[in-house]
Amino acid sequence: MEITARGLWTLIHGMGFGALYLLACSGALVELYRFTTSSASSEFTTGQERFLKFYLITMVVLAWAAVLIGAYVIYPWYRAALPPGTVDLSMFPQRLLMSSPTTIGWHSLGMEWKEHIAWFAPISITTVAFVFIRYGRDLRNHGQLRTAVLCFAAASFVAAGIAGFFGAMITRNAPVHGGHTIQLSWGEEK
Amino acid sequence: MSTSQHAASSNTPTRTNGSGAAAILSAGIGAFALAVLAIAADKSAHIAGSLIFYKPTGPLSGVTTTAIVIWLFTSGILEWRWRNKTVPAGLINAAALVLLGLSFFLTFPPIADLL
Repeated sequence: MEITARGLWTLIHGMGFGALYLLACSGALVELYRFTTSSASSEFTTGQERFLKFYLITMVVLAWAAVLIGAYVIYPWYRAALPPGTVDLSMFPQRLLMSSPTTIGWHSLGMEWKEHIAWFAPISITTVAFVFIRYGRDLRNHGQLRTAVLCFAAASFVAAGIAGFFGAMITRNAPVHGGHTIQLSWGEEK
Repeated sequence: MSTSQHAASSNTPTRTNGSGAAAILSAGIGAFALAVLAIAADKSAHIAGSLIFYKPTGPLSGVTTTAIVIWLFTSGILEWRWRNKTVPAGLINAAALVLLGLSFFLTFPPIADLL
């Protein structure tokens, strides 16, 4: 069982930070809604408020890590220039997708949208975290800010979901290959 | 009951809404700036070339870095101006959400191609 270095980075980007962020989003939405709309202020302790702040900061780190690794580590491999005369496109995912009418859409629509929309996730969740940390439980007294925070958290979820979906489909059709091979385990013959 | 507990449990805001509104509006502006810059880089080779901050990533590096700078700069200015003020949050939130919605819409390639 082995994986290439580029494959490992893709895994860290998508399954590590991206998927974990998406999982965390649903929890954040529920907790933010509960925390900011509950009428019983005694229902939430200072410890719970602190936990939600820590949870949101973790999400901010996950979101920024995912987009920065995506844009500055993996995307250059994806869009690598094709040397003249290259026949085997497996090391050039963008060119591989563009070489067939059945896959070109994964680049022209999928990657073109993903590379931009993904950035709305960290921008939105950073805003959510900032406002929640600044206001805490006082947010329940600011109805309009509370609505905006929930909308931005939902927008962050949608942006990450779109980016994650296209990322998974692009990787399925034209995975990023290359780099040295990492041996994970030796299989036994049966 | 301590003062802080009393403040937290009452329905009276202990902070003005200016700081939150500043963060929300600046995020909307930052997202919209990213969408506008992405379209500009797509339509103009000159703009695309000037937005290549890191060659392996191409114009995306400049589009996103510039948008983040706009977002943080706007955030700093608005925070400084509104921190201790009560502002019309409904109007500001609506503007921020419209900008965010437009950003999603404008970065969608079939829409961007129509412009």
